[in-house]
Amino acid sequence: MSWESALLTSDATPAGLSGPRATPATRRFDVYRNNVMSSLVNAMRDGFIVVHRLVGEEFFAAMATEYVRRAPPTSPCLTLFGADFADFIAAFPPAASVPYLADIARLEYALRRAYHAADVAPLPAEALAREDIADARLTLAPAVRVIRSDFPIYAIWRANIDRTKPSSSTGAQCVLVTRPDWDPIAEPISSEDAAFVDALAHSSFGEAASLVPDLAPIFSRLVARKSITGLEMPA
Amino acid sequence: MKLTHTAVAGAVATALASLAGPASAQDDMEKCYGISKAGENGCAAGPGTTCAGTSSVDYQGNAWVLVPAGTCEETTIEASMTMDDMERMGSLEPLERDLPEG
Repeated sequence: MSWESALLTSDATPAGLSGPRATPATRRFDVYRNNVMSSLVNAMRDGFIVVHRLVGEEFFAAMATEYVRRAPPTSPCLTLFGADFADFIAAFPPAASVPYLADIARLEYALRRAYHAADVAPLPAEALAREDIADARLTLAPAVRVIRSDFPIYAIWRANIDRTKPSSSTGAQCVLVTRPDWDPIAEPISSEDAAFVDALAHSSFGEAASLVPDLAPIFSRLVARKSITGLEMPA
Repeated sequence: MKLTHTAVAGAVATALASLAGPASAQDDMEKCYGISKAGENGCAAGPGTTCAGTSSVDYQGNAWVLVPAGTCEETTIEASMTMDDMERMGSLEPLERDLPEG
């Protein structure tokens, strides 16, 4: 077995690796395996703080170890490591008793992604105040994401970030992630508003606007969050 | 429901006007520390950044971890676990050994 693949097992030692007495260097290799696994599990813990809080250290470490073994980093830069952790959780049978866990992971990853997303200057208000804006295609900042859930994920996330604010929300929640300045923001939005934001990617502004009962609040929120970065009129 | 161009432009004008006032602009633009509150949370930037760990060498002498009080100097790393087969002892002071090169 190669060095790299042995690192991702729980007990294998690479072929031909021996200690001073010519015996397999099992315990020495364990040091490397442990450093690799614990650094990657630590990275997952840093990146998925609320998931970790919800399931506790023991469960999280076991789940993250399993994830790291199946999906080791493909880049030496760990800032965006864990992109498909939410999908992994959704298909991880032991986590099935916490049905909102995958969506919380999705939200946490969207926030981290937003933190590292490219800066793009928002359009000034004058550029948006035009009579024919219904025909326009708008571009959103790369940090913007909408997370939909059948569970009150914003309330669960918020209560676990700031424990002085317990929450009693129930039901499905959609969350808008933006980054107006340096820090990402998560805020709950209605499912109609979520559909509007998603539709901007492939519809004209007017078509997207037909999905919401009241356009002004969600539109002013996107402008306030510096999330509208481009406007293109059809040729 | 299909909206007229005028209705859409009107809603946009309403939205932009609501942002123009200084008071409401400040309300809407407050800085949000929600995901990086000191003491409550790790860091918004996540792993691989300066707010995550930086120790890079096995048993690096100037890196420290929190251990239960009184147990640090009793911590021994077995000789068979180290690269040079020498035992390592925990220390309450930064050590000059095992530093990263350069």
